[in-house]
Amino acid sequence: MTAPVAITVTVNGVAHTAAVEPRLLLADFLRENLDLTGTHVGCEHGICGACTVLMNGDSVRSCLTFAVQADGTAIETVESLGTADDLSPLQQAFRDHHALQCGFCTPGMLMTITDLLQKYPLADDDDIRDGLSGNICRCTGYQNIVRAVRAAVALRDGKDGA
Amino acid sequence: MSSPDDISLTRPQFVGASVARREDPRLLTGAGLYVADIKRHGMVHIAFRRSDHAHAEIRAIDCAAALALPGVVAIYTGEDIARLAHPYRATSRMKNYQATFIPPIAVGKVRYVGEAVVAVVADSRYIAEDALGMIDVDYAPLPVLVDPERALAADAPLLHDDLESNILAEREFSRGDVDGGFAKAAATAGGRFHFTRTTPVTIEARAAVAEYDRRTRTLELHCTTQIPGIVRDKLSDIFDLPGPRIRVIAPDVGGGFGGKTSLYSEEIVACAIARDLERPVKWVGDRMEDLMTTGHAFDETVDAEIAVAMDGAILAVRADVIGDVGAYSIYPWTATIEPVQVVSFLPGPYRIENYAARVRAVATNKTLTGAYRGVGRPISVFIMDRLLDMAARRIGMDPAEIRRRNLVNDDEFPYKAASGLVWDKSAFQACLQTARDGIGYDALRREQAAARAEGRWVGIGIASYAELTGVGSRIAVAPGMPINTGTETCNVAIDSTGAVTASFGIASQGQGMETTLAQVVAETLGVRVEDVDVVLGDTASVSHGTGTYASRGAVLGGGAGTLAATAVREKIVQVAGHLLEAAEEDIETGDGNVWVKGTDRAMRIRDLARALYSDMGRVPKEIRDRIDNLEATRVYDPYFGTTTSASHICMVEIDPETYKVRVKRYIVVEDCGRVINPMIADGQAHGGVAQGIGVALMEEVIHDETGQVLTASLVDYVVPSAVEIPSMDVIHVEAELPDTVGGFRGLGEGGTIGAPACVANAISDALSPLGIEIMEIPATPERIFRLVEAARAD
Repeated sequence: MTAPVAITVTVNGVAHTAAVEPRLLLADFLRENLDLTGTHVGCEHGICGACTVLMNGDSVRSCLTFAVQADGTAIETVESLGTADDLSPLQQAFRDHHALQCGFCTPGMLMTITDLLQKYPLADDDDIRDGLSGNICRCTGYQNIVRAVRAAVALRDGKDGA
Repeated sequence: MSSPDDISLTRPQFVGASVARREDPRLLTGAGLYVADIKRHGMVHIAFRRSDHAHAEIRAIDCAAALALPGVVAIYTGEDIARLAHPYRATSRMKNYQATFIPPIAVGKVRYVGEAVVAVVADSRYIAEDALGMIDVDYAPLPVLVDPERALAADAPLLHDDLESNILAEREFSRGDVDGGFAKAAATAGGRFHFTRTTPVTIEARAAVAEYDRRTRTLELHCTTQIPGIVRDKLSDIFDLPGPRIRVIAPDVGGGFGGKTSLYSEEIVACAIARDLERPVKWVGDRMEDLMTTGHAFDETVDAEIAVAMDGAILAVRADVIGDVGAYSIYPWTATIEPVQVVSFLPGPYRIENYAARVRAVATNKTLTGAYRGVGRPISVFIMDRLLDMAARRIGMDPAEIRRRNLVNDDEFPYKAASGLVWDKSAFQACLQTARDGIGYDALRREQAAARAEGRWVGIGIASYAELTGVGSRIAVAPGMPINTGTETCNVAIDSTGAVTASFGIASQGQGMETTLAQVVAETLGVRVEDVDVVLGDTASVSHGTGTYASRGAVLGGGAGTLAATAVREKIVQVAGHLLEAAEEDIETGDGNVWVKGTDRAMRIRDLARALYSDMGRVPKEIRDRIDNLEATRVYDPYFGTTTSASHICMVEIDPETYKVRVKRYIVVEDCGRVINPMIADGQAHGGVAQGIGVALMEEVIHDETGQVLTASLVDYVVPSAVEIPSMDVIHVEAELPDTVGGFRGLGEGGTIGAPACVANAISDALSPLGIEIMEIPATPERIFRLVEAARAD
């Protein structure tokens, strides 16, 4: 428990300055300090992926990242995607393909897939499943998540080609 | 009265349609509300110091240093909580059952690693955890019982001093002439099977937020439960508070799978502390706590044997089951629920006249076992369908054929199984045949033969099962429990703004019941799906309800919803008959409108409600006196429940270098009656099979000889990721509908019931050239490696 450290983090496009204990997890900073409870904590040891957020465009485990490590970075959480009345294409694909049940792993899944869609071709289901392998879903058996990602890839590639 | 231009006079069907889930928009945008998301002014946080001994006397607890830490608000030991909460235990009228008291925090003795010893309350979870390390607990170790067979012995140390033995329950079943069946056998097969201990692993760990309102002297508990009604009713006893002064709410809950169907110590402790401090308190379990304290599952050792005739007919089956149930008998299900279900469901969907089984539930120094998706039946099916395959091999018969010959035929229903369960009617044979056709069984066998010729380990597995779902009051979900699992309640109300609300006693943990129950109510009432608000998981909404478990949501919730909506529709018809000047039998409802059949005389149901409630004199007093309001509460009791059945077929390949099993093909064909929402029903099968594959291949809670949990992280307790689960086909056979209201059967657990046996059979089939039979799951690479090494050494 050392003295608080001043940090400035841009979260979903808004700059936040705060004094935080060095041990404060990024997940707790988002959830407790900023009230962004869309980021869920499932295991606190980096296995389940529920807490995944984007840091400067790369997916990170917010349960294995200290808030002080996010100083000066841009963080994106599930709240940066669409709204309930205006879902993003990826969120809509999840809804269309029933890619979520309890919804607890879903924010982490969406952020991981957002990262994957930006970086990888995801040419076939094996590639998609590899990409999803760091996020555990206990409800869906993954099949419908794979279908949703396939739909999102098609939409992405269609747009790219247009 | 003529109809407004935009009123449609149609009656759309919603049941059977893949309606998009109404839960999704909030859950996809991070706008759900899980218990961990709840914040209250002045809220404090609980962290538990947990036992690192499996069995020990607590000599002293020194909390002085922890109490002095700035930010620590209070510290409670077991004795402190015992002063605030009455003791409780899970009673049962079952013969030869011994209940155990379950202390919310250990008093005097700890009986498993992970049992709560001290609760620290602090301004933040961080400070509470700091304080845990400053508490000094002096333990005197006691002999540890890890092996249930050792715990059975007459000279074993007693886990509970007030009990006669460590055997918490014992039961025997017998029908027909078992010895005679074995005497006539053309072949017998069997041995010792072990279905290891697992744990549910919801991605949301358990959590509780308790608040005490000083003004109304009311306790409110938000918790991650599947059974808000059962929790409320027991808290009423524990805290001497009447029902209206305890409200239990399950908001968005991140998966349940049975793990959240028990009353948990932390829920009691949170309530006790909130009431004592008169402050909101929050406990959010971490993953280690979840793996060590959420009700474990399975852990059954079964000696079983089958006798068959040369034509494949089952002549007799016998089984002796030892269930390792852990340290206490869990509330409300008791320690009997899993082991007793193993023997009562073991005969499965097969024609078995001669059956004898014994089961003993034995207490050990391990985490309590409770309900997990399938309860008992994954083991029953694993035993029975492994026995069938082993016998088929002995007589040289194809596994599909031996099942076809023994499955109960359509003309034999209702069929009383050897354990006494009655299968009302279900498409046993059609599921098997459709699965064979669906996966292309004969072609798959040819593919296997070609692979085997290349020396590859490729195998095909089948499992067929029957389960009782939507169980009514005739049969308790667990025998002799003092709770009513046979009914559910629904209130449907149209208020003075014309809005429709359907309130249920059940809760949802991801099954999409806000959507499916809205479909049922909307179709019955004649409104649009989006017009129905569904209230779940709140004890304030109905006077009695238990919750969601045992594949009952669609049957009991859907049934109660249908009955209540029908009653409200009858009231609408009476009012409409007056307002539209027509005979009641000529009134139709649909799409939120009410009209006179064959005319354009119509009005919105919303306007009808306003006319009834708010336009004085528009509806005559005698009608208003007769119907009171547009509201009805109905309780549905399916009495017996109904049989859901399925056949699973899969193909696996084992890597000869890593010994890892890859599931390559999978088909599920199930008869779950009338399907409310096919998209959601398929999703239940996908998820259930994925969990069953986890059970078959990787999931195992491991204790060492001192009772330490070696699998206390998700690194060591491995659950399937996207690369281990195949895409599967799911087919619904809608055969003759059951007698339940709406014709629904339950479907939540089926996938997990069939998959372990199906995969184990496929692995055995793949390794059959080596003479290997899978007798223990999970079939990890290490286990398969050892089996292969041993077979090659022979």
